[in-house]
Amino acid sequence: MPDKEPLLRVEAVGKEFFGNRVLEEVNFSLFPGEVLGLVGENGAGKSTLMNILFGMPVIQQTGGYEGRILIDGQEVRFQSAFDAIDAGIGMVHQEFSLLPGFTVTENILLNREPTAYNPLVEAFGDRIRTLDRQAMRRRADEAISLLGFSIDPDTLASEMPVGHKQFTEIAREIDRKNTKILVLDEPTAVLAESEAEILIQALRNLAGKGIALIFISHRLQEVMDLCSKVIVLRDGRVVKETKPEDATVFQIASWMVGRNVETPVASSRRMADTEVILEAEKLWVDMPGETVREATFSVRKGEIFGIGGLAGQGKLGIANGIMGLYPAGGKVAVTGEKLPLNSPAVSLSRNMAFVSEDRRGVGLLLEEPIDWNIAFTAMQVQDKFVKKLLGGLIKWRDDAAMRDAALDYIKRLEIRCTSHKQRAVELSGGNQQKVCLAKAFVVGPEILFVSEPTRGIDVGAKKLVLDTIQRVNEEFGTTIVMTSSELEELRSVCDRIAIVDSGRISGTLPASSPAEEFGVLMMGESLAAADIAGGNADGR
Amino acid sequence: MDGKVKKFIENFGWPRIIIAAFLMCLFASTPLVGVRLDTSISDTLVRVGMNGVLVLAMVPMVQSGCGLNFGLPLGIISGLLGATTSIQIATSADIIAKSGAASGGMKYALASALQTGARGPLLFASALAIAVPCAAVLGFVYAQILNRVKGEEMMIATYVGFSSVAVMCMAWLLLPFDSAVMVWGYGGSGLRTTISTEGFWRHILSDFGSITIGRFYVPTGMFLFFAFMVFLVWAFFRTKTGTAITAVGSNPEFARASGINVDKMRTISVMFSTILGAVGILVYEQSFGFIQLYMGPLYMAFPAVAAILLGGASVNKATMTNVVVGTFLFQGILTMTPSVINNLLKSDMSEVIRIMVSNGMILYALTRKTQVKR
Repeated sequence: MPDKEPLLRVEAVGKEFFGNRVLEEVNFSLFPGEVLGLVGENGAGKSTLMNILFGMPVIQQTGGYEGRILIDGQEVRFQSAFDAIDAGIGMVHQEFSLLPGFTVTENILLNREPTAYNPLVEAFGDRIRTLDRQAMRRRADEAISLLGFSIDPDTLASEMPVGHKQFTEIAREIDRKNTKILVLDEPTAVLAESEAEILIQALRNLAGKGIALIFISHRLQEVMDLCSKVIVLRDGRVVKETKPEDATVFQIASWMVGRNVETPVASSRRMADTEVILEAEKLWVDMPGETVREATFSVRKGEIFGIGGLAGQGKLGIANGIMGLYPAGGKVAVTGEKLPLNSPAVSLSRNMAFVSEDRRGVGLLLEEPIDWNIAFTAMQVQDKFVKKLLGGLIKWRDDAAMRDAALDYIKRLEIRCTSHKQRAVELSGGNQQKVCLAKAFVVGPEILFVSEPTRGIDVGAKKLVLDTIQRVNEEFGTTIVMTSSELEELRSVCDRIAIVDSGRISGTLPASSPAEEFGVLMMGESLAAADIAGGNADGR
Repeated sequence: MDGKVKKFIENFGWPRIIIAAFLMCLFASTPLVGVRLDTSISDTLVRVGMNGVLVLAMVPMVQSGCGLNFGLPLGIISGLLGATTSIQIATSADIIAKSGAASGGMKYALASALQTGARGPLLFASALAIAVPCAAVLGFVYAQILNRVKGEEMMIATYVGFSSVAVMCMAWLLLPFDSAVMVWGYGGSGLRTTISTEGFWRHILSDFGSITIGRFYVPTGMFLFFAFMVFLVWAFFRTKTGTAITAVGSNPEFARASGINVDKMRTISVMFSTILGAVGILVYEQSFGFIQLYMGPLYMAFPAVAAILLGGASVNKATMTNVVVGTFLFQGILTMTPSVINNLLKSDMSEVIRIMVSNGMILYALTRKTQVKR
């Protein structure tokens, strides 16, 4: 680029959440008319970066950020989203922030409506000026036509298909005269392919008019088509900055997922072809945000079976569905016997246990002490930690046995706490996770589902948690089904890994397969379609 | 030593320490304003005993996450049904006993048993025996309503309480009671607003083993009964079911993932709370000496709610200590403030002051509630 000042320059931006580093030394710059593609796995730091850029209060509340952000060469430090809007940054959110009962025009011009004079203004001031409907209509039309798309400006937002909502939202941002930078967070995620193409074309038009765009998407082909520069984020760092013509979808996928693609992964043990212990056929699970549509897979006795995939594709739904936490259907068999779905009690009684990904929501009794958390499930399902009084009429809680079990696990899993009576909410994330694991181990399960075991915990605890899972697998022969969004983690622990895409298993590979193959499966491409040797992936 | 004091204050909570100190000041100032200390303490103790079980009726629902039992009037109504029926039995029995052995058989034997020293305990037991099943049934229905409005329990509970009182206002007029001590004198049908328990089971618990020194009176029996109920509730929450209920209140999603039927646990807790409400009002009435019908139960929930919140309970966590401490502080202030201020001002404003103090305390306690929640 020539040595003129970029529109936006991000210098050494970093961010820590409660001692957990999510962004480190991020640098990039953006010139007018440029389209920057930002890609990365979930949790790579994309959202945090955009929150910083947009001055979201969550950043301030958690201690601000490091580094500098410059707009037109001036350093800015936004206190709120309003400051960011004033500075010319527009944002199109993943969730629609439209008023359902308002028309397209009204939504586009909300709070910026052109107004007309009427006599009452003399008495009550400017607040009583009437809306200038014609001018509003004109401006809405203008903004929509700029996008190269046609929507009736009088349709109610509630009656529009999602695609049109997305356009309305973008139109709202470009109606703002001072918008210089537009951030689009997965704008095509909800669109059909044809709509997505129109949107991409519209974004090109916008860029042609001198607006700089930051485009976040999981659909790599779109990123390649649209962007003039691609930045790959991984673990909070910019691992690669490239031009789309210098890279392939395939390379980008491997930059996204692979910490170090060359290093052989730890797990390379050969599983004997043991009997199948868990079998799912056309399993569907209605879990909001993680819908499973038709998952078919089987898990062998004694193996560690990984389930990976991008967020929202349904990988988390599988364990939740089998454990009866969300409405599910299809056929699931445990040790050859059919499992009635939709009842946690039945699933637990079939010697299965579950460590939920939602640690604080489902996994723990936050307000109760550690020993309660560990013993509760075993007590209720198996009558452990219960003393029977009056010939079994009264089932008295055995506090002493609960304490002993808790102390035992505190020692074995190195749970850092003041005592077994400390409340779960006071523990750190890693220690909370260990309590969740202890809760599952106490039940003595044959099959253990572990979802996102290392999410939100620090590196040291991560290793301990993963080691513990492996140890239980080796010592007790417990079959483990581990779901994680971190592919590297799955590859280091599991024997086989199934990748979920759009609610279906897009493929199951041995953990020792190259990272690129997993990356391709994640992107929803079949392995056959992507030409591995040439590294040349076609679009969808 | 310093650490111990700090720890104690932390556990006990500043609000309770301040209120306890204020209560002590009130007791200390009694000689100065010409109120007798011994009667003051007795009054406070009697009120604690009267209200204790009603406050206890908050605990099961709080523990299961159903919030504070604003629907307490429902339990109270069950208690009132037991109370009125027991008096109906007594008066019917009196007539049979008077008519002589001629009416004969079982009926006569039972009726004459009610003429002996066992009259009071038997009648009170029959009141309980009728009230508890009524409360269980009403509590079950109440629970089904609350299970449909998760998250809004307290609002709905308040209206369940209010509307049940309204329904019963009609029922009291229409139920086929005919005991002369209970029905209106002029019409011969429909129950009176206030019915005396004198001659039936007045002070049946209070006077059991009671201590009287001059004007100082301790209702030992009532306290023993209260202690027994506290023990029952405490023991219940030490069982497997009680543990499950506590977990449901703490995190229903966790409980569900552990195979617990959340709605069932909530139902049990609501039934338990309603039953305790029914027992509580009987304890209250035997000490008070009167059964108050019609609008009587309407606002009974609020002092109980205020007491348990004052005792340090939150909307989803309550202990036996919360109940006992809260009842003592709330009833203490409620007893002492009017009498002390009355004597200071030399005019009879006790009722006005009592209303101001009790509602002020409720307001205070309910604003505390949101603090605890956050």
